[in-house]
Amino acid sequence: MADDKFLDFRNLKIGATLREPGQPPQDITIVHGVSATLDKGKVLGLIGESGAGKSTIGLASLAYGRGGVEITGGEVFLNGRDILKLDRPRLNGFRGQEVCYVSQSAAAGFNPAHRLIDQVIEATLEHGLMSKSEAEERARYLFQALSLPDPDTIGERYPHQVSGGQLQRAMTAMALCPKPDLIVFDEPTTALDVTTQIDVLAAIKHAISVTGVAAIYITHDLAVVAQVADEIMVLRNGEMVEHGPTKQIIEAPQEEYTRALVSVRSIVHPEKQPTDTPLISMENIVAGYGNDITVLNDVSVDLYAGQTLAVVGESGSGKSTLARVLTGLLPPRSGQITFEGRPLTPAQADRPLDDLRDIQMIYQMADTAMNPRQTIGTIIGRPIEFYFGIKGRKLKDRVAEMLEKIELPADMASRYPAELSGGQKQRVCIARALAADPKVIICDEVTSALDPLVADGILKLLLDLQERENVAYMFITHDLATVKAIADSIAVMYLGKLARYGTKEKVLSPPFDDYTDLLLSSVPEMQLGWLEGVMESRKMESAGN
Amino acid sequence: MDLKTIPVSAWIGIVSAGLFAFAAIFAPLIAPYEMSEIVGDVWEPMSSEHWLGTDNLGRDLLSRMIFGARTTLAIAALATIVSFTLGAFFGMAAAVIGGWSDQFLSRGVDLLMSIPTLIFALVVLSVMPANILTLILVMGILDSTRVFRLSRAVAVDVNVMDFVEAAKLRGEGRIWIITREILPNALSTLVAELGLRFIFMVLFLSALSFLGLGIQPPEADWGGMVKENKDGIIFGIPAALIPAGAIALLAISVNLVADWILNRTTDLKGGRGGN
Amino acid sequence: MSLVLKLIAQRVSLGILLLFAVSILIFVGTQILPGDVAESILGQSATPENLANLREELGLNEPALSRYFSWLGGIFVGDLGTALTSGTNISEAIGARLGNTLFLAMVAAFISVPIAILLGLLAVRYKDRWPDKLISATTLASISLPEFFIGYLLILFFGVKLGWFPTVATVFPEMTLGARLNAVMLPALTLTLVVLAHMMRMTRAAILNVMQSAYIETAELKGLSSFKIIWKHALPNAISPVVNVVMLNLAYLIVGVVVVEVIFVYPGMGQYLVDHVSKRDVPVVQACGLVFAAIYIGLNMLADILSILSNPRLRHPK
Repeated sequence: MADDKFLDFRNLKIGATLREPGQPPQDITIVHGVSATLDKGKVLGLIGESGAGKSTIGLASLAYGRGGVEITGGEVFLNGRDILKLDRPRLNGFRGQEVCYVSQSAAAGFNPAHRLIDQVIEATLEHGLMSKSEAEERARYLFQALSLPDPDTIGERYPHQVSGGQLQRAMTAMALCPKPDLIVFDEPTTALDVTTQIDVLAAIKHAISVTGVAAIYITHDLAVVAQVADEIMVLRNGEMVEHGPTKQIIEAPQEEYTRALVSVRSIVHPEKQPTDTPLISMENIVAGYGNDITVLNDVSVDLYAGQTLAVVGESGSGKSTLARVLTGLLPPRSGQITFEGRPLTPAQADRPLDDLRDIQMIYQMADTAMNPRQTIGTIIGRPIEFYFGIKGRKLKDRVAEMLEKIELPADMASRYPAELSGGQKQRVCIARALAADPKVIICDEVTSALDPLVADGILKLLLDLQERENVAYMFITHDLATVKAIADSIAVMYLGKLARYGTKEKVLSPPFDDYTDLLLSSVPEMQLGWLEGVMESRKMESAGN
Repeated sequence: MDLKTIPVSAWIGIVSAGLFAFAAIFAPLIAPYEMSEIVGDVWEPMSSEHWLGTDNLGRDLLSRMIFGARTTLAIAALATIVSFTLGAFFGMAAAVIGGWSDQFLSRGVDLLMSIPTLIFALVVLSVMPANILTLILVMGILDSTRVFRLSRAVAVDVNVMDFVEAAKLRGEGRIWIITREILPNALSTLVAELGLRFIFMVLFLSALSFLGLGIQPPEADWGGMVKENKDGIIFGIPAALIPAGAIALLAISVNLVADWILNRTTDLKGGRGGN
Repeated sequence: MSLVLKLIAQRVSLGILLLFAVSILIFVGTQILPGDVAESILGQSATPENLANLREELGLNEPALSRYFSWLGGIFVGDLGTALTSGTNISEAIGARLGNTLFLAMVAAFISVPIAILLGLLAVRYKDRWPDKLISATTLASISLPEFFIGYLLILFFGVKLGWFPTVATVFPEMTLGARLNAVMLPALTLTLVVLAHMMRMTRAAILNVMQSAYIETAELKGLSSFKIIWKHALPNAISPVVNVVMLNLAYLIVGVVVVEVIFVYPGMGQYLVDHVSKRDVPVVQACGLVFAAIYIGLNMLADILSILSNPRLRHPK
């Protein structure tokens, strides 16, 4: 090998053929000539929003294109040869031996029909690197290094018998087992719960450092990659924006786009104090599905006019159920909701129209929250027509007014949802909720499907609208960073109960209960060495362990 | 819709199915002879006088084919309407109402579908009076189970979408939800299915007539004509293959059109819609 | 294992329950529908007197419930009653014919299953290229062809023009296996062509579904050879859906047999059923309907049980 730069992308160009049903195939370019090098044993972070081409570049280091993706130009040198020129047998000899891959969803990446251990050592045996017993020995060692429980026996289980966080570690062990030179981690923690994510991240980081393997770490979360990478490359729309040492990217970004990524979630929102009478008061709510599954157990929260109550928790905490109780879709088994001083009818079907109008909802997936067969004008106009009986010319004017409020051009009204970007779609959903002139809007994970910068824009818009329209938000989220940005009061939910509740300042000030501590410590911060510090000071383990 | 975007295969299907429909509608005007008129010898070969030859009784085959198209297409179309009206209505209702009514309808359909359709039809036809109304009802009702399953499945898929929940939360009534939120998203799937069901009806009716349990002679229909002329086959006379081939051709044509409609149906998340 | 056993037990009881419900449905369908059985048997020649006689003979004067139970009771001891038109024992008649029908269906299955799976694999291997397109185009054509079109076309070519096979599929008990195979070749081929396309299309979809799973990509990125990917990673997961496809098509085959038997004048269940429907011989129709439904339900049940057995999530519960 000529020098230490054992991985070398030279002017990499990648394209794909888009086949939409009913339309002629269309060639598009995903990556427009990206170059990079990596030293042995170093970790390169690839960061960017969706469509930046980061996964595509990662897979190119295995000379692989997913689906219709094809590498159309450039070279990828690994250990001194261009791997794009390898023939099929040599390619097979190189994949799984020199470079291994860890995917976003290990649950799908493992074959359900075989035991974990057999899949973990498969590549090692295929390339004849060790005997079966040696490989199994190494697998057990790696399970231990990745802090998997019962490292000696966990390999005997089938993929569906272990948790998502454990599978993600097992897949890391699978990648490490043949002692490769390079591992590509493709968003390995994105699909996990927040608290589990940090444990898996720490395990991966530990495993990388003890084995000395080089890695490409792909993610959309700059704070995450800052914890593991030695250098970071920022990508946007298939082009490189900036590439440098992690310290420089985080602390002294050169490009405006990088600066925006670094300063994301820096919204400052002065906290408002509760007034005398809450707008909505939910008292001792017990709710569940069927006869014996209780999801919410004795939960009481208040929501004040023009303020934001953030309900935080992981999946299964009952936070979305709380929203369903408020909407009336799931009447509580016991407990009571008071709205403007009078009891609110439990079941949605029995509520008067004015109550329905006063409580609106915005969903996580704007894609499925809008009827694809209706125009934006119809989607926003329908609540105005339905609640206020406004029709014709006047309705058009009101729709245009709403579009202006959400900072979209008026000619959007004649478009269909499929023609809009993710952020625009979520804005339309906000407009639809706002069009009813409600007192409360329930926001169910409204930013979690969006890229960070887009999410930031949506949060700013929501805060802005709250100022002008004096609307209250019940903000359901798993993301504490979002909560810090916009909440006035916070309810932390854990296993169907309130773990902590109060004003933002009170909830976010120590001393913490164990769960709130875990949750708070799971929000990656944009600073080097944060991960090490937090892992030492944790009081409790995440559920994924 | 832009006519240029229709692929060649779909055009072939549309034109060919259109010709069949034309022949069926204007049968008395186009047919060179009467339906039951004996105009020549038994099984005469094709000639300028009898383009497709004559049948087992010496009737003009082309004329009988044209009149047969009328019977076959009309009965299949009526049975399709019965099947579709029943199936789509109950299917959507089961999906939207849910609960016990859904359970009752769905289990009933499971039961009906646990007997092969043809066998069930034979069992029922053994006791029912042999007439066209019976035929249409039996075919329509038995086939409506498939339409029920499809429209219920499609409606259930759409019904769990957030935009339907949003409409419910807004306080919209059931009629709005079915006609404005669900139906537009289910329509192209159902239209394609309409084509497939029609074809199935043509094949079903022909099979029954071929078995002697469908349209009774002297009325002409394609399946029955196969039965009338089948004895010629062993003498090398292909008269029976002409109505059989017509059924095949019609089925292929409609399938081509249905295939195209299904293909241009994009999924709910990325669909551009019916604009 | 206990979970699997429980699921299978559930599936079997559901099958039995379904069969009971079907027996009621068939009975109701033939006995309570408008139009008295006796009336339809006698048709034009009905006089009040012979109508009353026939009703008495058929036991139609008893309440429907007791008639149903005596019918059901008979079935349990293998007595399906006697045919009205010929007075012969239905169980015996069905016994001989059922064997013929199953033989024909089996020959067709032996031909069609391997071809369908092979062509399905071929279509997956050359997905979106000409072999796949050709295969899916023929599929479209062949699901549109009525059985009698294929049947008479085969008779005309292989029976009449070439004289390779008999045009009428006559079988009798003393025949050798070879002669029997020769006799059923054309009907078996017809059935094959009828189910082939459908089976192939479903096989293609099932295998494609597995091949597009993320774990196949994982295997590919491990550097495994194509053969190993298919053998170790695709096959274990594809077997269950493919077996399911085969079972469903076998069920379809049994039904498709009715028309094919009439085309080739083959002495099987289908021919027997059709003959007696025209003669309005209700006991025979009831019995045949029940047997066909039982086979159909049984095969569907078998398909479900096999897919329960081959699901690793159920075999190795948490």
